[in-house]
This record gives sequence, C-alpha cells and structure tokens, in this order.
Amino acid sequence: MVSILMNNKRASIIFLACLGFATVLVPILNLLVGPDNAFHIPTYTMSMLGKYLTYALLAVAVDLVWGYLGILSLGHGAFFALGGYAMGMYLMRQIGDRGVYGNPILPDFMVFLNWQELPWFWHGFQWFWFAILMAVLVPTLLSIFFGWFAFRSRVTGVYLSIITQALTFSLLLAFFRNEMGFGGNNGLTDFKDILGFSLQSDYTRASLFIASGIALAFGYLCCQYIVNSKLGRVCTAIRDSESRVQFIGYRIENFKLWVFAFSAALAGIAGALYVPQVGIINPSEFSPLNSIEIVVWVAVGGRATIYGPVIGALLVNYAKSFLTAAMPESWLFVLGAIFIVVTLFLPHGITGLLKSKKESQ
Amino acid sequence: MQPLEKMRQLFRRDQVFDFLIPDIPPDLDVTHGVILYLEDISVSFDGFKAIDNLNLYIGDGELRCIIGPNGAGKTTMMDIITGKTKPDYGKAWFGQSINLLKLSEPEIAQAGIGRKFQKPTVFENHSVFENLELAMACNKGVLPTLMASLSGEQHDHIDKVLELVGLTEITKSRAGSLSHGQKQWLEIGMLLMQKPKLLLVDEPVAGMTLQEMERTAELLTSLAGERSVIVVEHDMDFVRSIAQKVTVLHQGRILMEGSMDEVQNDQRVIEVYLGE
Repeated sequence: MVSILMNNKRASIIFLACLGFATVLVPILNLLVGPDNAFHIPTYTMSMLGKYLTYALLAVAVDLVWGYLGILSLGHGAFFALGGYAMGMYLMRQIGDRGVYGNPILPDFMVFLNWQELPWFWHGFQWFWFAILMAVLVPTLLSIFFGWFAFRSRVTGVYLSIITQALTFSLLLAFFRNEMGFGGNNGLTDFKDILGFSLQSDYTRASLFIASGIALAFGYLCCQYIVNSKLGRVCTAIRDSESRVQFIGYRIENFKLWVFAFSAALAGIAGALYVPQVGIINPSEFSPLNSIEIVVWVAVGGRATIYGPVIGALLVNYAKSFLTAAMPESWLFVLGAIFIVVTLFLPHGITGLLKSKKESQ
Repeated sequence: MQPLEKMRQLFRRDQVFDFLIPDIPPDLDVTHGVILYLEDISVSFDGFKAIDNLNLYIGDGELRCIIGPNGAGKTTMMDIITGKTKPDYGKAWFGQSINLLKLSEPEIAQAGIGRKFQKPTVFENHSVFENLELAMACNKGVLPTLMASLSGEQHDHIDKVLELVGLTEITKSRAGSLSHGQKQWLEIGMLLMQKPKLLLVDEPVAGMTLQEMERTAELLTSLAGERSVIVVEHDMDFVRSIAQKVTVLHQGRILMEGSMDEVQNDQRVIEVYLGE
C-alpha cells in the first residue's frame, strides 16, 4: 500500500483522506441531520455530488491515457455511456410490470414499438451481476477492438483523436435509432428500484453516493499503482519518444492497447454508477461535445497527476451546474473561455499552478 | 499405403509438428575469433551502388574505427548489420551460427547487436537510473512490466553500467537536464543494459567538448575486449586516440585497412579523403 503511493505519497494521502471524509460526511449530513439544521444536505445535492464523483472517475480514466500515455482520446464519453446503458438495461428490467403498459417482460418502449419479444441482447440483464459485468466488459471489448486496429496501424496524435471522436459520434447516431433496441431518442428512464431498494429512498441514494466514492478511490489506487510501476515509466516513455521505446524492444502497440482498455473499463464503471443517480441514460451521452468536456476537466485539473483531474472535474461541473441554472446561455462560452485560458496560461492545470507556487517559495 | 502412412506420421504422439517448434536463433558462436562476417555485400538504391562488393571481418573483442567521406556507405553498412536494409547480394553472419539476413530488426537486437544513433535520444522526463532500467534486458511484455521489481542482480548490473559510463553521481537527475556529452554516455549505457556482444556507434563525439571527447575515448576503449565495438567517426584526432585498426570506406568499397599511421600515409586515402 505504501509503495503504491510512493511517488505522490503526500498528495495521495491528502486526496484519499479528503475523499474518504466526504464519502462519510455527506450521507451523514443527509440522513442523520434534520432538514431544519443549517448543515443538512438535501438528497438532490447529494445525488449531484455523487454524479460529480462518477465524472471524476471518468476524468481519472482519461488522465491515464492522455496524461501518461499521450493518447488524446476524444471518445471516452462512449465507454462511459456504454457502461451507463448496461446499468440502464438492468434498471429497465427491474421495473417489471410496473410500467405504463404493465408488460412483465418488455420495457415500455418495446411495447410501444409493437415488439413481441425481448431482443437477444436484453437477456441476462435481469441480473445485477450480469449488468455490472457487461458495464465493464462491453467498453473494454470495444476499446480492445478499436485499439487493436488503431494502434497496430500506428495511428497517433491528432488522427487518433479524430477517429475516437468518430467512434463516439457513430455510436450516437446508432443509439438514436429505434431499431437498435435501446429506446432510441428517449433512451432508458423511469427507473424504479435497484437490487430491490427504491431509487427514490434517501438511503439508496446515500448508498449510491458511497459506492461512487469507493469506486473513485479504487480507480485512483489502480491508476497510481500503474503509473508508479515500471509499466507507468514505459507509458511516459512512449508518450515522450515512441520510436525510442520500440527500439529498446517494447511492443508499444500492446502497451497502448491494454492501458487504453483498462481506462475504458474504468469509464464503464463510472457510467454504471452515473445512471442510477441521474435516473436517465440517452444517446446524448455519446455526443462528441461530452467527450471534449472530459478533456477540459483533465486539462483544468492538471494532466499526469491523477488527482488533478478529480479536482478539475468537480470544479468545472460545479461551475456548469451553477451557470446553467443562473445564466443558461453563457455556459458554452464559459467552457470555451476556460479551455483557452488553461491552454494559454495554465498548461499544467490548477495542480501545476499550486506546484510551481510551492517550488518558487 | 502412402496416404495411410502419412496419416500415421501425422498422428504420432511422440513428435511435434515442425511449424509448432519455436524458432530459436542459435547461440552466438565465436570460436574462430570473428564476431561479424560481411562477405560480397552489394546494395543499390535506384541504380546507385551504395555498397559495392564489401568484405569486412570484425574480430571478437575488437575496437574498429570506420572512416570515409560522405556517401562512402558507412550508414548503409550499419543499416545492413542491424537489419534495417536488406542487401541485394552477399552474406552477413554474426559469429559462425547466426545469419543476420534472416532476422528482423528486433531479433537482431535480441541476438546481441546494439546500435547507437548519431543524435542522442534519451527519455528526457525520466531519471538517469530509470532510463537504464527501461533499457534493461528482461521480459518486456505488458503484464511482466506491470509486476516488475528490480532484483539484486539487476540492480548491480545498473550500478555497474552507471560506473562504466561515469554517471554514478547523477543517477537521480532528470535525463533532460544532462549535458550533450552526458546524454551520449547515458545512451551508450542504455545500450550496455541490453548486454550486446557487438556495439555499433555512429559519430559519438559530434558536438562534444575536448574533455568530453577524451572521456568518450576512454569509455569506448574500456568497452572493447568484453564486447566488440565498431565506431563510425569523422573526427580524425578522436579516431587516432582510440583506433587499433582503421577501415577506410570509399564509394561502397573498402579502400584499405590498417593502423592509423598506415592509413594516414597511404596515397589513395590522402587523395579521396584526408587530403581534401
């Protein structure tokens, strides 16, 4: 445990302590502190914070491939959304005959489309474990399939970014179609319960929040383990001088493939935790803009730190929630401005700013 | 009977199909005292003969300098040895047992030929120690790399190489902060981590100060003996300071071979190269 955190020991301990503290404190303030108390956290806020934690996990996944391996993925939203869809399918099956049409097997949108039986890929999703497995497996397999071709053909740099963008855009178009069997435009929603517990209950919400915190800590520790191992040093070497690494005798396409796949798996887990807290998953999650926003979180927080992107994801999303409520039209301009400012003045993000301050003292 | 007999052969349980037997290159064999044979090698690019009937033998443990004017075929020769270029004719053997023309680039590197390019390329964001660790000969699969931890033996090997290239005092420094000469030495060290039997060094002292040059000369002479070293260099003073034997290339052929004094006094060499 200690050796895992060796390089970023202090930062890691501070980060994990803060995360652990928040993961315990927020549910307590929600459940045990009465609504009249000034410290009470409403369930709505807790779910929003839980959503931010899943975003943070997604940002950590992107940082692993972008910050350490130099692959600027503009398609990680796709892996996130696929994980989300897997969880959404489970939640749909859980509705049972409580839907509008009362069909015990078919989800509402299938009844509406006059489908007679469940498509083959919906089988198995009545089990929670199967859904979780798929939430990890489907993004992983897609990333392996995609990466196998992309990395073997030595597609790098901007070209790779563009095809990741194309990947998520093509999935967006596919999931919009009703024939795909994922609810088309409307996606999957109107969930009732998870593992038998009502999604409306505060206790379920608190559990989901805690699960998100634990998943983030898990993802953080895994990524720290990877980047502090020799594998991490090979990754940064690939980022800095790809041909040289190859010359030394490493098969870089394999390294890229497996790290990319692990990152996609983390994104899938994040998506699976995101959906029950938000209550809906639809094709807009595949939109290229979402994937670009993730990159902005990472850039704001600071690349190649792992904890930086968490800070970035929390700050940018808080700003987004605040601004889209206060001044809805301004958000995209602000997002653009943030990106420009970070690129021009903060190449190492907020954590880089803190670091350079500390060094100059 | 013929097909039946074939079937029987196919299902014999005491043997393995030929294509399933892994292709292990034979071990390096230098019992005749020669580590590299290049015989009758010719290469032409678009009709231009870059290498023309070249014959070159490098002894085991020898330090050989190769000089020659631009376009003499020095780099092409290195490319052939490392497998980057395939010759049109000729033979290239590493020791008596390894046919270089049948191996790919990584296989040749694995067999024990290391090459240092002219421009130093080290991993600038890694420390000196980490650079050597990355270059170390070991299992380079993804999972073994994730689980890798340095054994005592490997640690000793890194320490030994650090001492050899004279970077012991700055093991923790970022490679990007090193001077040009130190980067060159670090790169030679990275080559040594792969335990090569034959080192090809391309213009090691280009851009070095006089002191750095002296250090490099010492380093290269100390490396020969245990391994063989081929140095391609333009700087005559440097060649004189290290060379036991010098080969002069000209228009893809060997013009002459001999000690530095012989070479410098040879009329033909003076004409094509030194006299200019």
